[in-house]
Amino acid sequence: MTNLFEEVKNLIVEKLHVPPEKVTEEAHFINDLNADSLDITTLLMEVNEKYGIDIPDEDAQKLDTVGKLVSYLKEKLGKE
Amino acid sequence: MERRVVVTGLGVVSSLGLNIQDFFDNLLKGKSGVSRITRFDVSNLEVQFAAEIKNFPFTDRFDVKLAKRTDRFTQYALWASLSAVEDAQLDLNKLDKTKAGVIIGSGMGGIETWEIEHIKFLQGGPKKVSPLLVPMMIPDMASGQVSIYFGFKGPNFCVTSACASGAHAIGEAFRLIKSGDADLIITGGSEAPITGYCISSFANMGALSKRNEEPEKASRPFDRDRNGFVLGEGCGVVILEELGSALKRNAKIYCEICGYGASADAYHITAPDENGEGAYMAMANALKEAKLSPTDIDYINAHGTSTKLNDKVEVMAIKRLFGEHAYKLLVNSTKSMIGHLLGGAGAIEFVVTCLSVYYNKVHPTINLDNPDEGMDLDFVRFQMREKEIFAALNNSFGFGGHNACLAVKKFVGG
Repeated sequence: MTNLFEEVKNLIVEKLHVPPEKVTEEAHFINDLNADSLDITTLLMEVNEKYGIDIPDEDAQKLDTVGKLVSYLKEKLGKE
Repeated sequence: MERRVVVTGLGVVSSLGLNIQDFFDNLLKGKSGVSRITRFDVSNLEVQFAAEIKNFPFTDRFDVKLAKRTDRFTQYALWASLSAVEDAQLDLNKLDKTKAGVIIGSGMGGIETWEIEHIKFLQGGPKKVSPLLVPMMIPDMASGQVSIYFGFKGPNFCVTSACASGAHAIGEAFRLIKSGDADLIITGGSEAPITGYCISSFANMGALSKRNEEPEKASRPFDRDRNGFVLGEGCGVVILEELGSALKRNAKIYCEICGYGASADAYHITAPDENGEGAYMAMANALKEAKLSPTDIDYINAHGTSTKLNDKVEVMAIKRLFGEHAYKLLVNSTKSMIGHLLGGAGAIEFVVTCLSVYYNKVHPTINLDNPDEGMDLDFVRFQMREKEIFAALNNSFGFGGHNACLAVKKFVGG
């Protein structure tokens, strides 16, 4: 599933306008990637679109790092 | 002693230039900024031209992320504000930012963003609508983003009064400095209304010229063959500053803003009162506050939209207020070259008025080949005029019957 990380990373680079090297597993959207809640919502809308899913708000609130988002997607896409 | 307010910086975004030098040079040359629209497919529209800004290079001066989070009208405002701050040579570190405000008017706000998101809503449902729609669309966001960019914490809001928004914004800013609520305000108006939706509404109400075959000749204020206005886009911004603060930092002073008159027609949603009462009152009120008599005025930058009714009513009001002196004034219409910027119009035309008072140069009204009946004032036909301008007025009238007039005069010592 390393491809999934790369896919999500590319999406983050494009949507949050950050250099690729800053997008690590540990990177925190707000503290490290200079995103605000509007950026995160916009990013997750793109994720939903790309993978044909619908991340509920209560899950979305917990996804504060790149790694958490990737793990969440792995599980979600594995299940579905 | 009454606080005096001066203009110390100017900035524009226009189809005739993205800086003051190019903009004013092109106006003095009588160049038209109107052309066929290229930004989107216009083949199904009744009106296929506008004073469109081609390839606006926003990201040359601002970052990509800001570009994605702002509607075009806010980008124009940011660009013009940065230009004005640079022109005023403001040292942002030395400024009391709690006394520095931003008041930028807009008639339509982010209508382009609204249209894009509305399509997503209709086609994809509620989940497809961007959370950025509202903060990009609301017309106060130009003032908001400019204050964030410069860290200005003084009075901040948007004035909206359709085609008079820019002039009302500057008038309100002038009063706030006069009253002591602020020492410096970035003020003006911005608009980006060149979209299919917007053009269709204006075209269907019969407000726009439909001269598709000769776009550069479509805006012809006061001419016998005028048949509507030409939509424009862009922004005009000025730095208004309390005189003492400007003198202390040896600022370049373009002119003194000394009067603001506002009134309503209380008549019709789109048509002007045919007696010109509202326009007359706005001008009379501006003169009163400025303590100027009609004979002090050398130049009027007219609203001059190129619609049948507006031009007729405006000329009538000028004649009534100025009497014999009306024939000694220079009267021009910037809209003959850059179209009608709606909420940006009053502001960019105020910039022009300041430049004319500063340089004693008045640009021509182009396309005025055959003045209409009763249109017998000196409209600066054919070419620019050099004339000592001591004091000038700038008129703006908006749908809803809102009228605003700003008065400026040459700055002559403290």
